[in-house]
Amino acid sequence: MESLSHRSKVVSNKKMTFLERIYLPAVLSGIAITIKHLFRRKATVSYPEVKREFSKIWRGHHVLKRDDKGAERCTACGLCAVACPAEAITMTAAERKKGEENLYREEKYASTYEINMLRCIFCGLCEEACPKEAIFLTDRLVYTDFARDGFIYGKDKLVEKVDERIDVTVRQTPAVLEFKKHKQLSHNK
Amino acid sequence: MTDFLIYKILLVVGVFTVTLVVAMYATYGERKVAAFLQDRIGPNRAGPFGILQPLADGLKFFMKEEIIPSVSNKFLFILGPSIAMITALMAGVLIPWGNTLIINGTSYSLQITDIDIGILYVFGVVSIGVYGIMIGGWASNNKYSLLGAIRASAQMISYELAMGISIIALIMMTGTLSLGEIVTQQAGGDWNFWNVVYQPLGFLIFIVCAFAECNRAPFDLPECETELVGGYHTEYSSMKLGFYMFAEYINMFISSAVLSTLYFGGYNFPFMNDLGLSHNAITILGTVFLFGKIFFFIFFFMWVRWTLPRFRYDQLMNLGWRVLLPLSIANLLLTALVLLWIDK
Repeated sequence: MESLSHRSKVVSNKKMTFLERIYLPAVLSGIAITIKHLFRRKATVSYPEVKREFSKIWRGHHVLKRDDKGAERCTACGLCAVACPAEAITMTAAERKKGEENLYREEKYASTYEINMLRCIFCGLCEEACPKEAIFLTDRLVYTDFARDGFIYGKDKLVEKVDERIDVTVRQTPAVLEFKKHKQLSHNK
Repeated sequence: MTDFLIYKILLVVGVFTVTLVVAMYATYGERKVAAFLQDRIGPNRAGPFGILQPLADGLKFFMKEEIIPSVSNKFLFILGPSIAMITALMAGVLIPWGNTLIINGTSYSLQITDIDIGILYVFGVVSIGVYGIMIGGWASNNKYSLLGAIRASAQMISYELAMGISIIALIMMTGTLSLGEIVTQQAGGDWNFWNVVYQPLGFLIFIVCAFAECNRAPFDLPECETELVGGYHTEYSSMKLGFYMFAEYINMFISSAVLSTLYFGGYNFPFMNDLGLSHNAITILGTVFLFGKIFFFIFFFMWVRWTLPRFRYDQLMNLGWRVLLPLSIANLLLTALVLLWIDK
């Protein structure tokens, strides 16, 4: 079979030549390589002071969006949980009571909605599956914690606050907008 | 007499302090060099550019819990790192750190003492250093420590032979054992080169053996993490572990100093007599040059450590006994023949 990368070498057990046996040429070429790295641009940054620029389509910490009036968009249909390959999402559905119209957009809503950030692989399939444009991945980081419990994010951390909306338009690249135009796809209806 | 005593005490304290400070900052240098060679930034949190890092490390060593295993031999367990540290510090006495300073008509040598068996003394002291590792490893009563200690002593004994013979070739050439005189003979000008020009093979053997003697990569088998946990210092904690690490860096500093003294002209530098400076200025400049050479060799030690993988134990023994030893004997005979031929 032809090699794909052309970088693999066939291992042989042949005797080393004299130059190989005295090590020195190999040692010299080795230290010549490492000294070049001394002057090379560093691959790491001093993190808290310098932050790397995120890609526009970076997939981080999820957000559950509210609509323009501030009502939650999620209807607890469960499509995101089904789509999730890591089975990180769980939720319980509840019926909207009278007087809660300003809180939830439709008659059904998620009374609990949890994402286990240790399970999540940030693939973005939940975002793709969502028919209500309720869940998005944002360019925020999931912070570290000392215990596992801290990584199960409930609605308190996922739903955006009414007064601090989270901008998800950067994720809406032309390709995504084009995709959303196709009304024959069921979830764009 | 009191003048003499004060001057010697000042010199001893000075050399002691400089050795410790250099060893301290060698740990910082090692981490920085390692980081740079691997395209990282390295420690930069404690103080500007992280220059307070060694102090933070030292403080941490002091604050750590001191554990002495109940099954160990307590006296020898404490003796081990002490010997390692003391012997590492002892060799600095013999290094000529500079030429003489003339103050008020009296000349003060910048070498603490120039005994006429200089190199033998250095060798003797360095050989005692292995007892520190051996005793510490054995007294821990731990199989890994013992294996590390056995490896350390076997390695040191094997490489000391080749090192000694490569030095004999040099001594035959210089005709003296005193380090001070060897440096004076290499003084610059008039086609008088450093010894490395006359003894390139000897220098090569010496530097390879110096790597092995300091237990540095690629010969760091005594503390080989992948096989022996921590090697001879597996059971050590707190400042006793710090002593072992510190002794390693001091040894590196002393080895670099001996290398520069024997093969790279010590405090001599090119065109030193053509500058037209006063004697004292040249002495001070020479000391600066000596430290430049030493720092280059310390950097070289680190450079090699972060380049080469570790030797296997049989490869190590093979290299020591079947390559370096015959090579150093050949070098010795060659030097002897050339000397005889010149003499005729």
